[in-house]
Amino acid sequence: MDFPIFHLDILGNRWLIATIAIIHVLVNHGLAVGMMPLVAAMEWYGQKKGDSRWDALAYRILFVSFLVTTTVGALTGVGIWLSVSLVNPYSIGSLIRVFFWAWFTEWLVFITEVCLILAYTLSWKKWSARGPEYKTKHIKLGFALGFFSWVTMAIIVAILGFMMDPGNWLADRSFWTGVMNPLYLPQLAFRTPLAASLAGTVAMFLILFFTKKDGFRLEALRSVGLWTLFFAPFILITGWWYYSSVPEAMKDNLGVSLGTLQFADWQDKFLRIALFTVVTILGVVQVAIWRPHRLPKIALIVPFASILWMTGHFERVREFIRKPYIIGQYMYANGLRAEDYALLQRDGVLAYATYSNPLSEDEQSGLPEGLTPAEQAALLVEIQQGKDVFMDTCSRCHTSHGVNGMSVHLQRMFGDQQWTPELTAGYIENMHYAQPFMPPFPGNKEELWLLGVYLEHLQHNKATIPGSQSAGVIVNRPPQ
Amino acid sequence: MSDIPVPRDIPLPLPASEPVLVTVLIVFFLMHIAFVNFMVGGTFMTLWYQLRGLKEKRYDALAHEIAGTITANKSIAVVLGVGPLLAINTLYTVYFYTANALTGTFWISIIPLVIVAFVLTYIHKYLWKQMETWKVFHIGLIATVSLIFSFIPLIFLTNVNLMLFPEKWGTVQGFFSALALPNVMPRYAHFILACPAMAGLLIVWLFRRRDDADIASIGFTREELVRKGYQWAFWPTAAQFIIGPLALITLPPIQNLQSTVLGVFALSILVSLWMSRLMFVEMRRPAETIGKSFASICILMLVIVVLMGAGRHIYREAAVGPHRELVRSKTKEYMEKVGAANKALTPDGAAGAPQ
Ligand code: HEC
Ligand code: HEM
Repeated sequence: MDFPIFHLDILGNRWLIATIAIIHVLVNHGLAVGMMPLVAAMEWYGQKKGDSRWDALAYRILFVSFLVTTTVGALTGVGIWLSVSLVNPYSIGSLIRVFFWAWFTEWLVFITEVCLILAYTLSWKKWSARGPEYKTKHIKLGFALGFFSWVTMAIIVAILGFMMDPGNWLADRSFWTGVMNPLYLPQLAFRTPLAASLAGTVAMFLILFFTKKDGFRLEALRSVGLWTLFFAPFILITGWWYYSSVPEAMKDNLGVSLGTLQFADWQDKFLRIALFTVVTILGVVQVAIWRPHRLPKIALIVPFASILWMTGHFERVREFIRKPYIIGQYMYANGLRAEDYALLQRDGVLAYATYSNPLSEDEQSGLPEGLTPAEQAALLVEIQQGKDVFMDTCSRCHTSHGVNGMSVHLQRMFGDQQWTPELTAGYIENMHYAQPFMPPFPGNKEELWLLGVYLEHLQHNKATIPGSQSAGVIVNRPPQ
Repeated sequence: MSDIPVPRDIPLPLPASEPVLVTVLIVFFLMHIAFVNFMVGGTFMTLWYQLRGLKEKRYDALAHEIAGTITANKSIAVVLGVGPLLAINTLYTVYFYTANALTGTFWISIIPLVIVAFVLTYIHKYLWKQMETWKVFHIGLIATVSLIFSFIPLIFLTNVNLMLFPEKWGTVQGFFSALALPNVMPRYAHFILACPAMAGLLIVWLFRRRDDADIASIGFTREELVRKGYQWAFWPTAAQFIIGPLALITLPPIQNLQSTVLGVFALSILVSLWMSRLMFVEMRRPAETIGKSFASICILMLVIVVLMGAGRHIYREAAVGPHRELVRSKTKEYMEKVGAANKALTPDGAAGAPQ
């Protein structure tokens, strides 16, 4: 409405954010938060046992982590921001205003983390050569680095938790009530052991590359295996804590029974995946400990992938809690605030839209046969308005014909019969009852009908919708 | 007038007073850009010296030395960009997000581009010895990095430029048309020239106090290295006396404050003249005294950078100021309507749950 609409009409907008975020979580949890303490522990263990092979191994694993975190890790962190600010500027813009200082602090911690990882990696050889006193200092540096990585995560989790459930923030709008929301601790508790075992599996994988087939490989695999095993039960315990806090957080949204059903479904599936994950970790780590020479590299991919799968599935819990909101109870996923609805449903969203999203050449074809030029022009005006309604109210989650595409849904629901406004408008008016993920339609009656005209047009026009990034926008003239 | 969009702002208060946010923005932006200059300039130099190293071995050694600085500078450059990003998000919400959305594909491609460039710099640096026999490929890596590093600034400049001109928002269609707005290219040239200049000073700093054994292993004398640094700094800076004013003239005229902006930039030209003179003198000094004025040159450069930052900010404020007032009153008006509509729905005035 107020910003030009960036839009990806094939894979959908959420795909962009999700891809970047998944890579980021993976690198961050697996190679930073969980890995830094593990590397420091390996360095310490090497010193204690006076075995330089541990030291060499720890350094190599650190070096890989260093390369990946300072490139892919750091940049995908920025990428989450950039992508969210493209797809949903209203939400990130609001969050930054509430959480500026949290993010600012996070940034300072992050700077510290980057300096520490530079120092830790680059001073490893020099300090090790200078004797045990320096080595001890170096090990402490490693643990300090681990701590700061964890603090970075602790702050970010607060912001994530807030988005799911702003708790009392809505009432008093203060920063601290925003941070201290009910899901904060369980979520942080869950991510901590998850990061540790993820790092363990990655390290075991790397050990297979960095050691020869000898007794040391066996010892290294066994020790890191124990580390991984140690954290596995905590994943289950804290996971349980997290998800039993969910219904409490969801209760404001539980109006829709379908949501509850879908959540139960999710829960079932989660239990099965979690069980599977823990079993694979147990299995593979057992092999690593007892029969390390039998362990093919590929086997370690299995627990790694299942942890990933579980994390991914778990992250979806956010959708259940937030449901139609992007900031719980405050802002819907379409970028409109709950408070705006009274006005918009009365006057319509178009009355307050700053921009219009021009129909491309291709989008204008496929009009019904036998219309006079004047009728065609009039119809195109309506289609244009309907498209604007679609872009303003549905396009953050839907595409035209791509992923979660309108025509895909309508085809499934109405088949080949004509998707007339009469047919679709009734559904859209009540869509938030039918699909608890969807916010209520924010526009007025006339716009409901215009949207219907546009959806009918989509039945005969398969062009993709260009976003503002390629087609630009038209500035709406303000009503006199 | 009606083609100038007046969107509404996000109706939440700023997280801190404006001067605080502006300070965060300017201070950290200047630090960010200084390290970007070191990183990009260092990359250009590495490429150049590696090419010369094909004929004369010691240039390759020099290139290796300089390449060692890129990876550290790049980590700092990126990290320091995040602070200004936060601040610009709050201070110029409407302007920044609009510019981003209108150039979205390129804007988001900053992420993969930077990742690729960074990974390549690591490979280039850490596999230097191993690639000794694949020299052309090795140089190809740093050439690719140079290309990527030359392109990324264009994306940033296009964005920070586009955000200043609401009257263009309705006419721009994609990145390239935003790139074609008048001021982008001169500003880009201005930035690109600053890279070798800043990195040249970095070279002087790097070799001025390096211990003799290290210097000897590269194969140049200290004096030669310091002089090279100054040459990198001086000649591009000399060119700035043409490009700089050009960038200034092509700034679209704004109603008020033109004279303040001119004043700041005029002052910076004077300081630049002084600094260039010192650089020139340094370049011709003999081995015993070369580097004597380094501290003064750095201080002058710092003054110039601060003046540039200030001038840039004053101009930006002047350019968006009047429009921002319109945005403010539109937002306020809208929120009043929202309040009234909610009151009408629920007489006690609480925000009504939709339907
Ligand atoms: C918050 C994101 C979101 C918004 C905004 C949104 N939807 Fe949906 N919509 C969804 C999701 C998620 C589904 C379910 C997809 C699935 O189950 O495959 C869905 C499903 C649908 C379906 C199929 C329903 C069914 O019962 O199978 C239709 C039709 C639909 N949406 C129309 C719309 C229209 C029209 C708008 C705009 C007025 C809109 N949606 C806005 C997220 C959204
Ligand atoms: C990915 C991490 C980065 C972030 C978060 C970041 C952030 C920013 C921000 C917020 C600005 C605008 C500041 C303002 O206008 O006040 C900016 C400007 C700029 N950045 Fe970065 N940046 C990053 C990486 C880079 C890289 C890798 C380069 C170059 C290769 C670069 C070059 C520039 C340039 C040239 C400008 C514009 C300078 C001008 O206006 O004169 N940035 N950056």
